[in-house]
Amino acid sequence: MRVRTLEIDGQMMTGAPGESIFNVAWNNGIHIPRMCHLGGLTDVGACRLCLVEVEGQSRLLPSCMTPVREGMVVRTNTPALQKHRKLIVELLLAERNHVCAVCVANGACELQDLATSLGVDHVRVRYRHPQCEVDLSHPRFGLDHNRCILCSRCVRVCDEVEGAHNWDIGHRGTNARVISDFGTAWGDSESCTSCGKCVQVCPTGALFSKGASVGEMRKDRSFLKYIVTAREKHQWIR
Amino acid sequence: MDTVKTRLATVWMGGCSGCHMSFLDLDETLLELAAKVELCYSPIADAKEFPEVDVTLVEGCLANREHLAEIRHIRARTKILIAFGDCAITGNITAIRNSVPLGVVLSTAYGDPRFGQTQGVLPVLLDEAMPLHEAVKVDYYLPGCPPSAEKILDLVGSLLAGEPVNGSKRFG
Amino acid sequence: MNIEELIETEQQERERQAGLRNRILCCSVAGCTAAAGSAAIRGSIEAAIQEQGLPGEVEVCGTGCLGLCGHAPCVRSANLNETYHDVTAADAPYLVRGDRSRFEGRTVRDTDAFYAGQCRVVLENAGRVDPERVLDYIAAGGYKGLLKVISEMTPFEVVEEIKKSGLRGRGGAGYPTGLKWELVARQESPVKYVICNADEGDPGAFMDRSVLEGDPHRVLEGMAIAAFAVGATQGYIYVRGESPLAVERVRTAIRQAEREGLLGNRVLDHNFQFRIDVRIGAGAYVCGEETALIASIEGQRGTPRPRPPYPPEKGLWGAPTLINNVETFANIAPIIRKGSAWYASMGTAASRGTKVYALAGRIAKPGLVEVPMGTPLRTILFDIAGGVPAGYAFKAAQTGGPAAGCIPAQHLDVPMEYESLQAIGSMIGSGGLIVVDNSVCMVDLARFFMEFCMDESCGKCIPCRAGTVQMHDTLDRIIKGRGSEADLDLLAELAGLMRATSLCGLGMAAPNPVMSTLRHFKDEYLAHIHEHRCLAGSCTPREEVALV
Repeated sequence: MRVRTLEIDGQMMTGAPGESIFNVAWNNGIHIPRMCHLGGLTDVGACRLCLVEVEGQSRLLPSCMTPVREGMVVRTNTPALQKHRKLIVELLLAERNHVCAVCVANGACELQDLATSLGVDHVRVRYRHPQCEVDLSHPRFGLDHNRCILCSRCVRVCDEVEGAHNWDIGHRGTNARVISDFGTAWGDSESCTSCGKCVQVCPTGALFSKGASVGEMRKDRSFLKYIVTAREKHQWIR
Repeated sequence: MDTVKTRLATVWMGGCSGCHMSFLDLDETLLELAAKVELCYSPIADAKEFPEVDVTLVEGCLANREHLAEIRHIRARTKILIAFGDCAITGNITAIRNSVPLGVVLSTAYGDPRFGQTQGVLPVLLDEAMPLHEAVKVDYYLPGCPPSAEKILDLVGSLLAGEPVNGSKRFG
Repeated sequence: MNIEELIETEQQERERQAGLRNRILCCSVAGCTAAAGSAAIRGSIEAAIQEQGLPGEVEVCGTGCLGLCGHAPCVRSANLNETYHDVTAADAPYLVRGDRSRFEGRTVRDTDAFYAGQCRVVLENAGRVDPERVLDYIAAGGYKGLLKVISEMTPFEVVEEIKKSGLRGRGGAGYPTGLKWELVARQESPVKYVICNADEGDPGAFMDRSVLEGDPHRVLEGMAIAAFAVGATQGYIYVRGESPLAVERVRTAIRQAEREGLLGNRVLDHNFQFRIDVRIGAGAYVCGEETALIASIEGQRGTPRPRPPYPPEKGLWGAPTLINNVETFANIAPIIRKGSAWYASMGTAASRGTKVYALAGRIAKPGLVEVPMGTPLRTILFDIAGGVPAGYAFKAAQTGGPAAGCIPAQHLDVPMEYESLQAIGSMIGSGGLIVVDNSVCMVDLARFFMEFCMDESCGKCIPCRAGTVQMHDTLDRIIKGRGSEADLDLLAELAGLMRATSLCGLGMAAPNPVMSTLRHFKDEYLAHIHEHRCLAGSCTPREEVALV
């Protein structure tokens, strides 16, 4: 297997054929922001936060879905990219009701952390304040659409890792919602195995364990690596 | 010592006063602060008119017409305006009402969709509570619900010392 | 049907038609049938033929769009070379008799500017061929292109011929068709697909629907030639469910073509296999985007995925896939029949051939026209389509629907081709052309298109999903007199984000109407902001409530 040598932010790096720019960068300590990407799940390129500049390409490319090529020159953190990412996060914060002060994920939220790291100190676009539902029909978990950013990690983990495909995305545009089965209450779902993987991969407080109060919901994603390693290497190791 | 003290004001708008409580949590540090600043206007000070000041901490969002008029008045008389706490920055708890029409909010709380809006008793509520920066220019954002005493001291201290202000360590 | 039989059939049907005293062709596409009842008129004409004892001498049939959709229904008298508009059932006996005086003021001759100013390639069979009769299409030279490639050409030569013609994709992006074909042809794969994108969804656009309803065999032939060139054996036509007549016509045409051996296991009795199936979309605008369209055919939620890989490499079910628009496929057969040099002689250096436009809005003759690429907008709107009705002034033309921009009066002489329009901040798009008069507020127009994009955003990527909403709300604020100049900066920043980072063309192009109206009509925005006034007088901005 021939490795690919490329330059990311001025550093020479190597990656395996087919490996994404995102992975190679992260493995070398360059942490490109992301929301929809989660190691172990198929990438969809939806959040647009991991877009990077590739020399010779007129368009920005999603680093999570762009395989490295020999001699590639990539820039992951130019002022233009920073500006785009900041506005994307502001759009997310304004889209639904992300009231950190009363959120179960306050202090352990990827959206919150991302806002901080990108220097978002206030949101310049207007808050939309939509009326979103909260589904508490499941005996163990809750789904608060107010906090959902539609990253679809829950959809993918349920389909690809648990194999249940309880979740999907319904409706369109800003009215899109994560739906259970064919849009029934989560508690009535026939496909949900109550495994809780969706809760653990959710980057915000949209999916949570019942009983968690403000700031108490902590997510554990180590299971993903465990399962993916088991699948790929046939070794059940932590 | 006759050094000129920094003129400080704190204002309480559409918030729960928790940010002011956190300010008081500075405890004995307040004494050190008092040596450097003159508290010209505050819910915890007795002043009727908003004077010309150097720094103003504004807690809470803009929820009614009085707030809107007041913040413009304050902005005109303040050199540095700080959005103090999440309500001032994002609307936060106060703005949760925005997803429900105002009339519904009032009738749920008071049984009358126009309660207080016509009698001249209460300030007329805005259709939507909004963060400060939607009405006036804000110089610094001090996040938290409430911001911790240390964070407050951090920001105010830097401003007093004329040092560069550190970027926010968190959002919300 | 083999090659000899095709030629024989063509001859026979031509002779039969030549032996008729007259053929009366009633426009039978949706605009004339649904809206204006041309089917009933056809019935009356049929009755009149019986009454006047002329069966076998005069024939009535349907045909493709005659172009004067604003004056439907239209009927054409083939032997008189005349088209009549606003026809009623009472006109039937006169049509059959050939009484021209009855139609004074309602007659458009082939020599009149409306037709003489046009150059019909895609629409060449409108007024000549009944879309429901394959024999009609064959008599008009149909399937001769397919015959030619199968019997005389190699796939490589076909691709070269299309490349030489200079044809570019008519769906909006204008990618060179020959290059796309070459990309697919080069792929080593046992399975390849050809897809016809008939998910036309721009407001005011009906070119593709008219072609499918009026001349479906032309599209099938184009697809079959493409399949031969790239090595595909299966094709799909993705039509939106809102065009039931197009679906019906296409299905009928496929059945006929299969029965005649023009599609199927042995096309024209040669060792070439190609089948076409219809897939019906539920009307999501974004499904016109090729990767979303593919997802929809696969039975997935119709959302786009990042490209690369592009469909020629990895398309439907992972196989190399050629996707072209209806109008692109409709150009193929004539290019093969008449040669690439003939096609390339029309249009401009960078944009060859012709383009069909759907005219709508404040224009004397709304409808369907086809002109060479590079024809000035003024010629299309004023010379051919009769200009703006009295009492109104031309303000702008919106090209290409919600993805493109507006062309103001000072640019009326712009040649309508890909690059020239781009230079003034617009684009040809798929060919919708909406004429706006001075009573229309451009901010309101921008908001209308943004609302369209907001509703049609699939919701997958954030810049489009949330950006369209924020742009729409900002425009709304400005229109209501609550905007500020800072809002204009916000619009520009959101536009920049959406253009640079959106996942697909919908989000990338959604800011175009806003930015182009801002560019050409900034005064209208500023009047709303500063004076709470609408210069067009169409919206009534409310002054900000006096606050204390």
